Amino acid sequence: MGILDILQSIIPPAMFFSAPLIFTALGGVFSERSGVVNIGLEGLMVMGAFVGIVFNLTFADVFGAATPWISILAAMIVSAVFSLIHAVASVTFRADQVVSGVAINFLALGLGVFLTKQWYDKGQTDMVSQPFYTLDIPVLGDIPVLGPLFFQNMYLTSYLAIILAVVAWYILYKTPFGLRLRSVGEHPAAADTNGINVYAMRYVAVMISGAMGGLGGSVFALTIALNFSQSTIVGQGFMSLAAVIFGKWHPLGAMGAALFFGFAQSLSVISSSIPFLEDVPQIYLLIAPYVLTILALAGFIGRAEAPKANGEPYIKGSR
Amino acid sequence: MLKTNRLLLLIALLFAAGIILSACGSSNEDGSGEESGGETSDSGENQDGGGDSDFKVGMVTDVGGVDDKSFNQSAWEGLKAFGEENGLEEGKGYDYAQSESDADFMPNLNSLVKADYDLVFGIGFKLTDALNKVAGQNPDTHFALVDAVAEEDNIANITFKEHQGSFLVGVAAAMKTESDKVGFVGGENSELIKKFESGFRAGVASVNPDIEVDVQYAESFGAPDKGKVIASNMYNSGVDVIYHSSGATGNGVFAQAKDIKKNDPSKNVWVIGVDRDQYEEGAIGDDNVTLTSMVKRVDIAVQEVAAQSMNGEFPGGEILEFGLEDEGVSVAKTNEEAMTDEMVEEIDNWKQKIIDGEVEVPSTEEDLEAYLDSL
Repeated sequence: MGILDILQSIIPPAMFFSAPLIFTALGGVFSERSGVVNIGLEGLMVMGAFVGIVFNLTFADVFGAATPWISILAAMIVSAVFSLIHAVASVTFRADQVVSGVAINFLALGLGVFLTKQWYDKGQTDMVSQPFYTLDIPVLGDIPVLGPLFFQNMYLTSYLAIILAVVAWYILYKTPFGLRLRSVGEHPAAADTNGINVYAMRYVAVMISGAMGGLGGSVFALTIALNFSQSTIVGQGFMSLAAVIFGKWHPLGAMGAALFFGFAQSLSVISSSIPFLEDVPQIYLLIAPYVLTILALAGFIGRAEAPKANGEPYIKGSR
Repeated sequence: MLKTNRLLLLIALLFAAGIILSACGSSNEDGSGEESGGETSDSGENQDGGGDSDFKVGMVTDVGGVDDKSFNQSAWEGLKAFGEENGLEEGKGYDYAQSESDADFMPNLNSLVKADYDLVFGIGFKLTDALNKVAGQNPDTHFALVDAVAEEDNIANITFKEHQGSFLVGVAAAMKTESDKVGFVGGENSELIKKFESGFRAGVASVNPDIEVDVQYAESFGAPDKGKVIASNMYNSGVDVIYHSSGATGNGVFAQAKDIKKNDPSKNVWVIGVDRDQYEEGAIGDDNVTLTSMVKRVDIAVQEVAAQSMNGEFPGGEILEFGLEDEGVSVAKTNEEAMTDEMVEEIDNWKQKIIDGEVEVPSTEEDLEAYLDSL
């Protein structure tokens, strides 16, 4: 196997594996940058996967080929509304954000499985008839070397993930809105003094994380799992959370971390056909992403510093 | 003073009554238990009469629930069929208890035992520990465990010869492949899944020893993303038939196969399903990527054991193995386009050879080596 063949087997799977993680991690960045810890990413993904699948199953005949796109939109909206529970609990009522996030995880899974039972009278939904399919990008796919690596057999959602990561970076670092959002997460009292509505900013940030989590979950469901059951989303939300921290709460960092997870995952599978890796027991390659994350956090990329006010409810008038 | 005395008397009376009544209750229960035992054995010898309605059989599901399109559903269908056959009433004669999490196993088992069920099934290996405990505490009740082996004497252990079914789908894969490369995706690398792998590889090699089998384990039954990455790699490297034995992880395999089929309908990509007929999962437009499935007939096993128990021949402590000869495992032939007559014929040939004992299908890695050497 030549190096090009190897790359060609590694990169496309890494891309579809990473895309849902990137979306969700971006949501996590928004929420945590505003000072609200969001352990509930997993639950938001579950909600997104559930809504995406149910919407797709229900409206496949109406919207035809456009169904998956409308499904992820619906998933974003419902998850954003769902994340309001977390916002109300942790911002308005100053509940412990970790506890509230865990509650979101339980609630989403319970609700999803319960409603599946109610509506379909079984433990898992049927497979959707209109999922996302891979395609070759015209023109770009014909470029020698790069074409087959990055523009053939790809999901459009993978590109969307990368584009949104750049957009998120622009919003957070180049717009007044982003500056306000970050200031609320660093020093809410100072931001409040300057006339920024801390509560409103945090509400918006949590809802963005809900929408992005829903997007991640629905993209996962519509590209990989194709149905919804209790075991559709298991741990992807937490991997996204790890990507947020690994990426130092920076949108592009989080994207890089998510891509890294996908790459490592893909590599562990491909390794059996790569000359110098085939002798390494597969189990080491399977745990490699997690070990590397720990090593990276332990010092290689420097200290991961959270936003100062992350996890602290803001009480107006206190100092 | 007088009032408190009366009160004490009243309480004492209540206690006494309670003790007497509860004693009555238990003796009644014992009596009816013996009665029903006697009656069922009677009916077994004589004829199906009203005695049958005294036999109560229940099952405790795994977390999947009775509509999981897999094990639990199959078991419940078997129980329902058994109930209808013997004129039992749902909810009284036969019933199930749904487990929402692992913590529900013990309470569910206990509640069925308390409700005087004569035979209680535990569906799935996850219930092994809970069943062992409950069976130890209730030596008079019959239990049966599906897909694992427990210790107690009053538990019948229902297992399947998955290697035999896997052997036959291996034959199908070997005949269908054009690239002479097939793949196997396992859930967790365990003794149970090794049975699937060994049988499959033996089946493939029996048709053509030169066919390469690519084996990968996802190390999870609930990771469709890993399943998809593995399938993507396998199909990329020229594999055209993948047999998955990996639960929900297999969804990723189906997703990848369907994606390839969608982009190039002429391409030769197939998936072989597991546990039940996964024909529905493979549908993509007018095509279907599900070649066949290795079906485990939990329903047949459940009916069989329930009937034995009712007739007083409960196989407690024994390990029952359901294989090809009693239809405990079978090969789905739903995809008639893909399964040519030639393939069906060949599969039936091998099936007969296995049933006749001409071919001993290997179920472990060592047996497989020996089998491959003997070819």
